[in-house]
Amino acid sequence: MGQLSGPTDPTADAHWEHSHPRKGFFTDTSICIGCKACEVACKEWNHNPQDGNLELLGSSYDNTGSLGASTWRHVAFIEQGQERITEARETGRALVNLGMPRIGPPAPAAPAATDLAEADTTPPDTADFRWLISSDVCKHCTHAGCLDVCPTGALFRTEFGTVVVQDDVCNGCGTCVAGCPFGVIERRSNGTVKVATSREEQHTEHPAVPNVGVAQKCTLCYDRLVADETPACAKACPTTSIKFGNHDDMVETARERVAGLHAQGLTEARLYGANELDGVGGTGSVFLLLDEPEVYGLPPDPRVPTADLPRMYRRAGMAVAGMVAAAAVAFLKGRA
Amino acid sequence: MTTSEFDSFRPPEPARRRRPGGKRGTGRRNSGDGSREMPMVPEPEFTSYYGRPVVKPAPWGDDVAAYLFLGGVAAGSALLGLGGQLTRRPILRRNARLSALTAVSLGAVALVKDLGRPERFLNMLRTIKVTSPMSVGSWILSAFSAGAAVSAVAEIDRMSGARLPLGPLRTVLQAVEGPAGFEAAFFAGPLAAYTAVLLGDTATPTWNAAHEELPFVFVSSAALASAGLAMVTTPVHEAGPARKLAVLGVAGDVIAMRVMEHRMDPVAAEPLHQGKAGAMLKWSERLAAAGGLGTLLAGRNRAVAAASGLALLAASALTRFGVFEAGLASARDPRYTIEPQKNRLAARRAAGITGDSITTAG
Repeated sequence: MGQLSGPTDPTADAHWEHSHPRKGFFTDTSICIGCKACEVACKEWNHNPQDGNLELLGSSYDNTGSLGASTWRHVAFIEQGQERITEARETGRALVNLGMPRIGPPAPAAPAATDLAEADTTPPDTADFRWLISSDVCKHCTHAGCLDVCPTGALFRTEFGTVVVQDDVCNGCGTCVAGCPFGVIERRSNGTVKVATSREEQHTEHPAVPNVGVAQKCTLCYDRLVADETPACAKACPTTSIKFGNHDDMVETARERVAGLHAQGLTEARLYGANELDGVGGTGSVFLLLDEPEVYGLPPDPRVPTADLPRMYRRAGMAVAGMVAAAAVAFLKGRA
Repeated sequence: MTTSEFDSFRPPEPARRRRPGGKRGTGRRNSGDGSREMPMVPEPEFTSYYGRPVVKPAPWGDDVAAYLFLGGVAAGSALLGLGGQLTRRPILRRNARLSALTAVSLGAVALVKDLGRPERFLNMLRTIKVTSPMSVGSWILSAFSAGAAVSAVAEIDRMSGARLPLGPLRTVLQAVEGPAGFEAAFFAGPLAAYTAVLLGDTATPTWNAAHEELPFVFVSSAALASAGLAMVTTPVHEAGPARKLAVLGVAGDVIAMRVMEHRMDPVAAEPLHQGKAGAMLKWSERLAAAGGLGTLLAGRNRAVAAASGLALLAASALTRFGVFEAGLASARDPRYTIEPQKNRLAARRAAGITGDSITTAG
């Protein structure tokens, strides 16, 4: 058993002897165009069944809703007006002023990453309206709540530092679903793959849903990683909003990118998951966000529940002692 | 207004408003005027992504809540059985042992039934994993069940006048019956308490916020429920210890529950007072108090003892279902995830701790 919290190398914690570098995503939401190619590529590669019944959710262009058992990439769309943009800029500036490492805005010098491409990918700085688009995915946490609480060993840490479910071992107990602080993993049920009545005929040919009753989530395309391939979503992303590579490089790229945006005066830019001192020991999937995390449906201060497990066991031990003592008292006095 | 042949594929307008049971539609803020205008007005106190939950509720049905109750009854009964064994109370011992086996068997069936793949329930014993309360609990449950089964089968054999077809195993059974009672009682406390750790060790806001005191609530609830069952099944002259355990259990339950609600994050504690969960927990406290008082004042009256016992059983069941429901409700509303987290983050920042945020400027 490795550490339960704090900075660590998850692959070494899981006793992998050969050292693959830890793999991860960097999702740069500032250049996401919301094409959902990642969602489609993910579904196709992983044979994930249809999720929901093709209804329009009325939440901008998002008709997927959230990550789930059959949706391992989810593109969030948020429409914001002037007030909200100003607020986001303020919260970002407050973050910079907290005395974090890196620069304060606006830096006069050009940032480290000065590709020609970067100038092109900068979103136009509209003051009165903006569209936040972000492709969410499993965070592959350093301290993964789902992995910690899995009783069967179905969830495991791969040699790439990612977290993957073994379909043939999972018995669908559902503990991981409650254990994930990001609400990513879900048990696949056979009830949700119904299609709207009017389209029933069109979809009757669909094959049976695989892995029903088993917990399912993003594998970071484990089957592609072992063949030295890029995960399907990153491969399909046309704007390189989804970047894939060694985790350390991803964090470095993310830091350069956020510094670049700050230098342009876009103080609303911030990183999510790049801090290994946070409640989950840093995430394998790092995000660049343009507003507070909860705006995107991400928890603002996640903490892996297992970090408190030793304390919980101690408290439970005290409670057990109390119960046994109560029973003893009940019988001892009864004897007299 | 234009029409097209595809209009029939549109979902009906009224259905696109808030649907409480809908998987997708819950919490969606929609003006419903048919235009594509989505008023993105931020919530007054907190922002969320279209009111959708951040964490997912555990996919557990009432089976699991029933198991929380039955496991507690089994655990307390095993302790009463051992007490009866040691203090020569044969009726209490017999009834408690039979109760323990019945409750733990029903509970185990409920647990298996709730699995996504019930046929793979044995995978629970595939490994021993200390970081997983579910794994630890599966082993506790198995160990407990072994002892409870042996001691209960010995009782059944005795009740049936040694008519079970045991052959030479009967002498073995009689020899291990006593130690089996000890073994079951040894695992009784952990069986009653581990479920609290199981709930506490989740990202479900109300359960997680309650992790400090929940074990005390659950063992107290187990004690009063098993004592209540013994008061129902056992004549008053042998049920004296059960009555004392009941009163101690009620005291522990009421105090632990109050302390828990007081020490929890106030926002995360809200679901314990609202809706179905709130009503169940309120009635649980009333029934526990009534059962405790009945036991204390007139526990030597067989009828009052039985009625008090039933009240205590109901109180314990309501406690478990109430806590269970409150947790699920807290996971369904993003407010209970976001607000406590924002508050604790702000508190840490105010205290000068700025290095441990998941959101960083660089």
